[in-house]
Amino acid sequence: MALRTRIKDYRSENRLFAVRAIQAIVFVAILLAALISRLVFLQVQEHDTYATLSKENRVKLVAVAPTRGIIYDRNGLIMAENQPSYSLEITPERVANLENTIDEIARIIPIDKVDRNRFYKIKKRRPAFEGIPLKLNMSDEEVAKIAVEQHRLTGVDIAARLVRSYPHKEHAVHALGYVSRINEKELEKVDKSNYRSTNHIGKSGIEKHFEDMLHGYVGVQQVEINARGRILKKLESVAARPGKNLYLSLDSRLQRIAEQALGEENGAVVAIEPRTGDVLVFASWPGFNPNLFVNGIDHKTYNTYSTSENRPLTNRALYGRYPPGSTVKPFVGLAGLESNVIEHDHSTFCPGYYSLPGDTHRYRCWKKQGHGTVGLNKSIVESCDVFYYELARMLKIDRLHDYMVQFGFGVKTGIDLLRTEHEPSGLFPSSSWKRNVRNQPWYPGETLITGIGQGFTLVTPLQLAVATATMANRGKHIQPRLVNRTQDIRSGKNEFVPIKTLNQIPMVEEEHWDEIITAMKDVVHSPRGTARRLNKDIPYTIAGKTGTAQVIGIKQGEEYDEEKVLKKHQDHALFIAFAPVEDPRIAVAVIVENGGHGGSTAAPIAGEIIKAWLMPQIASGELSLPEPEPEEKAVTDE
Amino acid sequence: MNKLLQRLHLDTQLLLGLLSLCLFSIVVLYSAGGQEVEILIKQGIRLLSGLFVMLVIAQFSPQIMRSWTPWVYGIALILLIAVLTHGVQAKGAQRWLDVFGLFRFQPSEIMKLALPLMVARFLSEYELPPRIPRLLVAAILIGVPFGLIIKQPDLGTSLLIAASGFFVVFLAGIRWKYLLSLAIAGLAMLPLAWYFVLHDYQKTRILTLLDPESDPLNAGWHTIQAKIAIGSGGVYGKGWLNGTQSQLEFLPERHTDFIFAVIGEEFGLMGLLILLATYLFITARGLYIAANGQDTFSRLLAGSLSLTFFIYVFVNIGMVSGILPVVGLPLPLISYGGTSIVTLMAGFGMIMSIETHKKLFRHEDF
Repeated sequence: MALRTRIKDYRSENRLFAVRAIQAIVFVAILLAALISRLVFLQVQEHDTYATLSKENRVKLVAVAPTRGIIYDRNGLIMAENQPSYSLEITPERVANLENTIDEIARIIPIDKVDRNRFYKIKKRRPAFEGIPLKLNMSDEEVAKIAVEQHRLTGVDIAARLVRSYPHKEHAVHALGYVSRINEKELEKVDKSNYRSTNHIGKSGIEKHFEDMLHGYVGVQQVEINARGRILKKLESVAARPGKNLYLSLDSRLQRIAEQALGEENGAVVAIEPRTGDVLVFASWPGFNPNLFVNGIDHKTYNTYSTSENRPLTNRALYGRYPPGSTVKPFVGLAGLESNVIEHDHSTFCPGYYSLPGDTHRYRCWKKQGHGTVGLNKSIVESCDVFYYELARMLKIDRLHDYMVQFGFGVKTGIDLLRTEHEPSGLFPSSSWKRNVRNQPWYPGETLITGIGQGFTLVTPLQLAVATATMANRGKHIQPRLVNRTQDIRSGKNEFVPIKTLNQIPMVEEEHWDEIITAMKDVVHSPRGTARRLNKDIPYTIAGKTGTAQVIGIKQGEEYDEEKVLKKHQDHALFIAFAPVEDPRIAVAVIVENGGHGGSTAAPIAGEIIKAWLMPQIASGELSLPEPEPEEKAVTDE
Repeated sequence: MNKLLQRLHLDTQLLLGLLSLCLFSIVVLYSAGGQEVEILIKQGIRLLSGLFVMLVIAQFSPQIMRSWTPWVYGIALILLIAVLTHGVQAKGAQRWLDVFGLFRFQPSEIMKLALPLMVARFLSEYELPPRIPRLLVAAILIGVPFGLIIKQPDLGTSLLIAASGFFVVFLAGIRWKYLLSLAIAGLAMLPLAWYFVLHDYQKTRILTLLDPESDPLNAGWHTIQAKIAIGSGGVYGKGWLNGTQSQLEFLPERHTDFIFAVIGEEFGLMGLLILLATYLFITARGLYIAANGQDTFSRLLAGSLSLTFFIYVFVNIGMVSGILPVVGLPLPLISYGGTSIVTLMAGFGMIMSIETHKKLFRHEDF
């Protein structure tokens, strides 16, 4: 039965399809007839009109590049601007023999191979009758030399273009980034028509991340040209819309203090205003001169940069991943208190080392002779390792991990400097991380060294500053931001970037936070504190924590001798701090690579920045300090 | 020779038509692309890889394609959803998917083939002409990808993909009364679409079509210059490499979407008629193959693919000659670049497979 209906179906379906196919052909024919009649109309009936129009077609559209937005620091100081620069341009259509003309020019001013190659590269993607730059950044002398000879160089013009310029050179370069000549790959990612006459694009930093805002929109100019392509007259136009100005949260004055304080050292400093997440300092040192990159850097200079042992091109504040060392101790201590693993009066005996039960391996305290009996306050003030070995063991790795990520350890900060997926997340280990990534079980010994910020743990200076700001905020975790507001140049309208709270760490007991923050304050203000040198001549209080991160491992039974170790193998010095303790206005993280002890190299840098930020606020009355406490307040840590 | 082509599962006449278009493309591009050899090489590579894809696809019998259809359609749908959630923004639209940072592609290209496959398979499973419930399901099969692509937003592509699905339904014999009510409903929807679906730039393009002089600096510029190019070409054209509109670069997008105007200017009405005849030949051959298809699925698929190909031609030429609004659509197999060459060739691979995999007996002979 089924078969029989099928047979019938196929016959009728066949017929049906044939009918429809014929109808489709008719449909095609009608459309084709419409097209052909249109073409006959254009090419036969109206041919004369269009032929005349074509002969008289003298109006062309020329793209007008928008002016790139200017970048200011928080006080309105210019960090990136546009400067007129003279370039020699050739319009190939107006030149009889291109090679000869270039040779001719090369006899007047120096033209090298790079110039020629770039010229031909740009020529390929530029529409006809537009000047193509041959020599960029001409000196006044070169301009004058060409001007004298110009009467015999048809098709050669000197054009003034606006070129990006960074007046402070390497100052804040790792935050600002730089622009450079746009390449094919980048052209594919942007709206080509909007970049028709744009030569530069942001390659890194804020210049790249805010490219869309900074660039603006291309304008169009109708021009009348003569038969040889020369522009005779400008007609209608749509003005280019300039890019938006950016106001950074960065304070150039503080940034400079950080950079000068680092001086000959390699390192990074990040300072954040805890309440707003404003990044006040974003220093990675040494830096490089971004102006060299704008029009293409020469190979020799680039090689000097890229092969230098100091790695000036590396953005340490963002990409540098360091073991946090003892700077994690306040956080670990807080985890212990808030998880009810220890009471505030908990104490440990430190003989100078710690061993796991049933294991002879000795986990050393940095103080060989030991700290004796150590309470929580002393463990932070004198940075006892044994206290944290034991605390970490009691907390266990996963509970510790879960607490630490709330401060942003091992988590991307979401800073507005790059797409978040490209930001390094650092690492705070957990047993599941080790199982999934390393395919290995977690060993108890690894918990111990995690407790003192060694082992797998890695932080970026930015992350460390965010964690410190979160401590200062008592658990309010705010996303750091480099751009404060954007400004539309034409309307003058400002758009403010909102403060973004990422999470609020649940507070079990306020006293726990007081306990930890007091201990951090004692690091600076107690006579035994590891950063006591900071407390001289300051009217405000600082809470801090020093840290030292091992660069090379030391074998059991071996000594670390600073004198014997090469500079590049010396420990990294770290320091975190916020101030004033009662009303935190600034949180700082400092890392000095191979700087030895945090207290001696990193802490003074933080001290200077804090001073520079707070003193004017105190002077203006914006920041009022509590009554100074009586001098005799002794620290009871023994 | 014929035997060899038959063994390779290629259709001689169709192949001849396609190869002439490829050759024509190279000749015109040399002029339109500013006599740059690099452009020719790139286009040559694209055309050759298109022909290769066609050859590969032609090896699979229609039965295999039919069995893969739901998978292809499902994957294309998932990719279209992925493009909305994870797609790469470029030029104000989200059409591309980044594959591990290796390369980018537009999932809508896959849907161009997946949709006619799916609708053809669905309708061929049941008795034809399709009844209302089947038509409703077909409408959903067409409507979902249509909606997803319109959201990108890519109005041009979404309309063309919907058209390819509609052609299957038409060829399946949908009754005229349904068709008529569909047309009336469509007309009634137009004002709604104008206010709720179309973006401002799309409205501008449509308004520009009515009065190009209203916007001589942007959208209108293309239309005006293209009309001057075609009109000034006259009956015999200005000659190869001699078109002033294109050589002096008055004409924008001259080697991509507006290449038809270059042909009109340099080869005149004669050149255009030969080109149109070639397109007509390919379409007619495709429909002929469809009419002789061995089963309903093959017939519907080949018919829809051929008609869609012609619609691409019509829309591009209509746009360049100023009777349709400017939608970014290349002239099939002639314009420079685009993934569309590979997709089109894959479609012709399917048509060739339908022609060359026929068994000696036919269903009617049972």
